[in-house]
Amino acid sequence: MAQALSTDRPGALTAADLQGSAAKRRKERLMRALFQAMAWTSVIVTALIILSLLREAISFVASVELGSLFEIGWFPRRGLFDVRTLVVGTLLVTGIAMLVAVPLGLGAAVYLSEYARPRVRRTIKPILEILAGIPSVVLGYFALSFITPQLLTRLVSDVTYFNLAAAGVAVGILTLPLVASVAEDAMRAVPASLREAAYGLGSRKVTAVTKVVFPAAISGIVAAMVIGVSRAFGETMVVAIASGATGGSLFSLDVFKPGQTMTAAMAALGVGTDQVKGADNAFQSLFFIGTLLFVITLSLNMVGDRFVRRIREKY
Amino acid sequence: MAAITPPFTDARDAAASLRRQGTDVKGQTFRWFLVGALSLALLTLLALVWDMWAEGSNVLLARPVQFLTSGLNTNVEMAGVWQGIKGSLMLGLIVAIVSFPIGIGAAVYLEEYAGNTRFARIVEINIRNLAGVPSIVYGLLGLAIFVQALGGVTGGRTVIAGGLTLAALVLPIVIITSQEALRAVPAGIREGALALGATRWESIRHHVMPAATPGILTGTVLSLARALGEAAPLLVVGAVTGVFFAGASGFFEQIYAGRFTALPMVIFNWARQPGPEWLQLTGAASLILVALIVVMNGFAIFLRNRYERKW
Repeated sequence: MAQALSTDRPGALTAADLQGSAAKRRKERLMRALFQAMAWTSVIVTALIILSLLREAISFVASVELGSLFEIGWFPRRGLFDVRTLVVGTLLVTGIAMLVAVPLGLGAAVYLSEYARPRVRRTIKPILEILAGIPSVVLGYFALSFITPQLLTRLVSDVTYFNLAAAGVAVGILTLPLVASVAEDAMRAVPASLREAAYGLGSRKVTAVTKVVFPAAISGIVAAMVIGVSRAFGETMVVAIASGATGGSLFSLDVFKPGQTMTAAMAALGVGTDQVKGADNAFQSLFFIGTLLFVITLSLNMVGDRFVRRIREKY
Repeated sequence: MAAITPPFTDARDAAASLRRQGTDVKGQTFRWFLVGALSLALLTLLALVWDMWAEGSNVLLARPVQFLTSGLNTNVEMAGVWQGIKGSLMLGLIVAIVSFPIGIGAAVYLEEYAGNTRFARIVEINIRNLAGVPSIVYGLLGLAIFVQALGGVTGGRTVIAGGLTLAALVLPIVIITSQEALRAVPAGIREGALALGATRWESIRHHVMPAATPGILTGTVLSLARALGEAAPLLVVGAVTGVFFAGASGFFEQIYAGRFTALPMVIFNWARQPGPEWLQLTGAASLILVALIVVMNGFAIFLRNRYERKW
């Protein structure tokens, strides 16, 4: 082709002229390869996470006696790995967290999306963003210094200094801004014409919001709750500080007593990873619980993601 | 067809109804419920700040300089946050050096080069899932890879291993926020550069990146703030929770000296000590950490508002 062009007429353009300088093309290829390698990094991180989790988790499952997975409690350094204790502890904390985060988060979201004037919204949104940025260790401290002594002791007579309920409330405060922001996005995505149609039929504001906007945004609202649950499941530091039970915990359903969640158990094992190395399976159990947590949160996030995308497709 | 029965028995009722006499009890109740929920959410933030001040003001007012400049100590009267602040600064530096270039580069590839290829779609899904992985799981990654497998390079339980772990943690956030910033740059900017004969890299380097810089900067500052508040991965990777004294004096010696801590780790450690004096110390340290993070977030929001361009 290039030759055909050049032989037609002397001095005509060749394909080589249009390709630009060779140095530029080389640089272009180089930059492209560099950026592609950087994009690969995120895939490598995922692969390494799965690899490092599975290697020790499999060795745990292979070497642990099945009987020690069903015991009176979680005491990894004594060879008692009652996973039930941790799962129930996690569910209790998550449940309490959702009792706080869902009504407050959804209420705030409905108000900001449907009732608040733009100026009010512009003031309140950054405040919620600040709340979202509070580190979890600080909320762990808040559970110990405020939630237990100022709130729980007034409501319940028999509360210990470290307890699951305070941790649950603090985790709820932590997930609240996330629930609020996902739900608000979903409700703001509902087209104004739906609201106007409701008003046109003579409905009051409360009817338009609860019977039209809310159902239209329901998949986003479900997503907000699912993502909130996933976040609460994986929250570590609040529980590690405020729920007590650093060494281990007996199986218990009492939320006003110390308890143990999956994440807190991992944190407790993690503090002593250098000492724990030799102990029977305690080090491996850290990765086993980690794998469990990874699988649960990953599934929840994928479900949440699906719900989020459903609303985008609809309107 | 059934006869349509008018809902009002006489004209007076109809007129009253149209004039909306009587208060909308249900609507008002609902509205007050919403206002209550929002106020309660905002009140928790107020309670948190009040509580930190109530506990921590003693320490901060009595010995502000000494508290900021002295190290960890078993004596409540002497303990300070200096080692935590220094550790957090070093961790932040490593996070910035490692995760910012890689994250921004990955975002550039996904937005500018990849198009809608299968690889790009897989990476996108992967990043979204990575962003939802609990932070403590990243700690296990750090323990298995950066501490054990790469122990020869990182020196084991050092600030380098901790920094790399946090860098992996914020990488998806850096990528996602940078992608949003790049996506906000209109296609006309790129096409204009390409039409004048620029290569793709030249159009990115000289036209797309300058336009996207404020957005990318906002994202990086936010992710740095996130990294500085994290404690769970550091706990597993092996930041020190007890008292330690840095023996070596040189900067590089300290990096490889092995023992390090961070401000959130100091808070974690103090919060679990028995006695009201330690809780006061925890309150003071929390106030410093929150102030640091709020300032960083505020700076990011300021950047976003100041340089945000509507195309």
